[in-house]
Amino acid sequence: MKLSKIFFLLFIILNFFSICHAEKNDQLTIKISKNLRCLTCQGQSIYDSQSDFAVSMKILINKKIEQGLSEKEIYELLKDKYGEWIVYDTNFNRNTFILWGLPVLLFFLGGAIILRKLVFRKV
Amino acid sequence: MLANHIGHYSLVIGLLTSILIFLLSLKSYKSQIIDKRIFSISFLQLFFVLISFLSLVICFVISDFSNETVFNNSHTNKPIFYKISGTWGNHEGSLLLWLLVLTLFLFLFLINSKNELKRYRILTVVFQQVIIIGFFLFVLITSNPFNYLFPIPMEGLGLNPILQDPALAIHPPILYVGYVGSSLIFSATLAAVIENYISKNWAKNIKIWILISWIFLTIGIMVGSIWAYYELGWGGFWFWDPVENVSLMPWICLTALLHCILVLEKRELLKSWTIILSIATFTLSMCGTFLVRSGILNSVHTFANDPSRGIFILCFLFFLIIIALIIFFIFNKDKQKDYKKIYFFSKEVSILVNNWFLMYFLSVVLIGTLYPIFLEVLIDHKISVGPPFYNKLIVPFLIFFLIFMSLGPNLKWIKETNIKNKFQLFIFFFISLIISFIIYKKIGKTNLINTVLIAASFYLFIVTIKDFFSKELYNISKKLSHFGFSMLILSILLNGILSTEAIINLKVGEKFTFKNEQIFFKSLENNQKENYQSVVGYFKVEDDKKNISLFKPELRIYDQPVVITSEADIKTTFFRDRFLVMNTIKGNEYFNVRYQVKPFMIWIWISTLLLAIGGFLSLYNRLYEK
Amino acid sequence: MRNKILIILLVFFLSFCFFVLFKSLESSNIYVPEKKEDRQLAEFVSEDLFTKKKITSNEIFYGSDYYILNIWASWCAPCRKEHPQLMELSKNSSIKLIGLNYKDDPKKAKKFLKNLGNPFSIILVDKSGVLSIEFGGYGIPETFLINKDKKIIRTFIGNLSDDSVRQINSIVK
Repeated sequence: MKLSKIFFLLFIILNFFSICHAEKNDQLTIKISKNLRCLTCQGQSIYDSQSDFAVSMKILINKKIEQGLSEKEIYELLKDKYGEWIVYDTNFNRNTFILWGLPVLLFFLGGAIILRKLVFRKV
Repeated sequence: MLANHIGHYSLVIGLLTSILIFLLSLKSYKSQIIDKRIFSISFLQLFFVLISFLSLVICFVISDFSNETVFNNSHTNKPIFYKISGTWGNHEGSLLLWLLVLTLFLFLFLINSKNELKRYRILTVVFQQVIIIGFFLFVLITSNPFNYLFPIPMEGLGLNPILQDPALAIHPPILYVGYVGSSLIFSATLAAVIENYISKNWAKNIKIWILISWIFLTIGIMVGSIWAYYELGWGGFWFWDPVENVSLMPWICLTALLHCILVLEKRELLKSWTIILSIATFTLSMCGTFLVRSGILNSVHTFANDPSRGIFILCFLFFLIIIALIIFFIFNKDKQKDYKKIYFFSKEVSILVNNWFLMYFLSVVLIGTLYPIFLEVLIDHKISVGPPFYNKLIVPFLIFFLIFMSLGPNLKWIKETNIKNKFQLFIFFFISLIISFIIYKKIGKTNLINTVLIAASFYLFIVTIKDFFSKELYNISKKLSHFGFSMLILSILLNGILSTEAIINLKVGEKFTFKNEQIFFKSLENNQKENYQSVVGYFKVEDDKKNISLFKPELRIYDQPVVITSEADIKTTFFRDRFLVMNTIKGNEYFNVRYQVKPFMIWIWISTLLLAIGGFLSLYNRLYEK
Repeated sequence: MRNKILIILLVFFLSFCFFVLFKSLESSNIYVPEKKEDRQLAEFVSEDLFTKKKITSNEIFYGSDYYILNIWASWCAPCRKEHPQLMELSKNSSIKLIGLNYKDDPKKAKKFLKNLGNPFSIILVDKSGVLSIEFGGYGIPETFLINKDKKIIRTFIGNLSDDSVRQINSIVK
């Protein structure tokens, strides 16, 4: 019963996807444009936005990829023009180490508190 | 005109009744006898706020442009449905709705808590009235919905077209019920702390309110996501946008509270932690209100904002936090004199682990949302914190969370002596790993973390399905919710890795091939609708098995205000959504067409609904037991 | 004792949060990129509006001490507003004015200049909007003051005011 269910599930999944990779450049453009923030409608990514700026930016990204720039180089180029703000994926640097570190620190702190309550309890 | 005046004055009277109830309940608290008038006056208060709210609705329906709120947010040729929903689609009206729900909840609490401690009930009323008075003042001072305009304008400015949508018409009320429910939990907790009433009995009663706000918050967030999916996003449903995060944070906190309250109910443990979570939930709701309404955030979903409102909510928020902390430190007597043994393999510990992870996720979202604000103030440097940040910090921990979630709920309270079916659990994990590996092999990507993540979510999925077949039939609500959650995570992940899309510029008569499908742009059709002009594109999509489907994405050019929106056409089946949307390109006969295939999309909504239904069943059981 | 330290820390933390959030209310939530001065221009090739010939950046930035690059379009209302200021600047002989016609219909653009006068010595066509991004522009109109080393020395976002004209003239002399 259980096994047949699992096989049924497997069957569905395997049959369902016949996915091959489309043009690689297009996918990379999409990936990069999702990680860039639009300066005209500032809540949206370049990918989501339809503003003039975003449309041009997508063309530019495509062009730069064709010129052989890597993803990282494109980010650097744009950061240089528009500041760090334009990239959603902030790097780990002296401005952001708290941003990256604090949640993880809190996680371990929480773990320590729970352990203390459990293991070192006076009974 | 008349409705405007009635609305304004009933709002003022509502404030006066609030103050009256506040004073009366303080008096009854001293004398220890409940003044019967409190009930009737609370009813009056509810009545006046309702009248005020209805008059605003009337102002909107009859398009009374002498009312500033109506002028700013409505227009005569808007459909009647959106005239009504426009009432709470703006800042002022939504606050009035908020106030209405606040008073309604207090009234319901009063008539539903007859067999609880008198002093506890009265104190809850006192705290709740403090919040209500705060909101009354907020509405009347900074955002009065009944401001009078003279000379009376002939026509209103109109409602933003992307808000003219059925999902968005019901989204705010549902979400507010969730937020406001957390305010009642806050007041009740503070009252219980003062009365030293944090106990099994209290946990039982407060759980009803926790469930109510949790269910509404869940559904509210879901409706918002659905809206974003078909209206705002180009196929995305969650953007990690600050405003979305702000609704997610109370939800995470409330979920933690929902689990933690079980421990309190069964074993009278974790009292202080329950109190902290209750306070935090409401604080986060308020903090969210502050962030959204003050306009600090830079988001897709912005309200019209004004800094003076921000200052008011900020002060009010900190006033409430400080009161809560003072009460907590002075009155909390949870010294746990009776030590209870806690065993490592027990349900209590697994719930603690759940809370531990949830708090971590909460801290990620909270820090991610607030950090840019802090950085800008402190060193004047602007950064963006977006989806990659949340993914990187949440995903690795999610794996462990999912595995714990598969194992934890089946442990017994107090002490689990023998863990059954160890072998079965291993087999399940092994199977999940294989499935996940095969999926990744199939799509030709290899990523260790993602493989393990998918495996973990399959594991949870299988285990929760197995739970349905176990002999113990009680607690079906928990099983359903956990199953819903496992399916939610699974469908989000599979959707994420398997979605494919093509973006192309097409003009009428052109076709292009995407994977095994051919997309043909047949024709365009122009129509004049009630308050917009519609341009419908007809697209024929044909796959290699000659299955033809017709897509009709639409562009709407609204007149008031002039905004162009694109309405996607989505074909939903059980296995996948196909999503087609088009957009104009400036000075060009070409259209920008996006075609996306998104597997398991509908399961995201179904599983969220299951999650909420599980909560609802639990609520039903609670009420029925009573 | 431990409780007291905790309370003091909490109070400190809360007042810090209050201060920061309070401060943040004052600043705008709209992001404007920092104006990075002295940015070297990359080389590019573009098309002339009138002759439709290709020209390289070396040909464009040649023969003058200072250059002004103005991004404009006929559909952009503020561009119409700043046109008198541009006409004013075109009188200054040590500046070469270069127009960047942004996502525009060439006919409409020519008509626009015919009606209001043409302050530019060269007009480049930017149909896709990519060129304006190369300059670091994101809105329209936007004006860059460039020196003979092909470095951007000033950026003006939005329409030029009389004050910005004065600033430019004082830099250029």
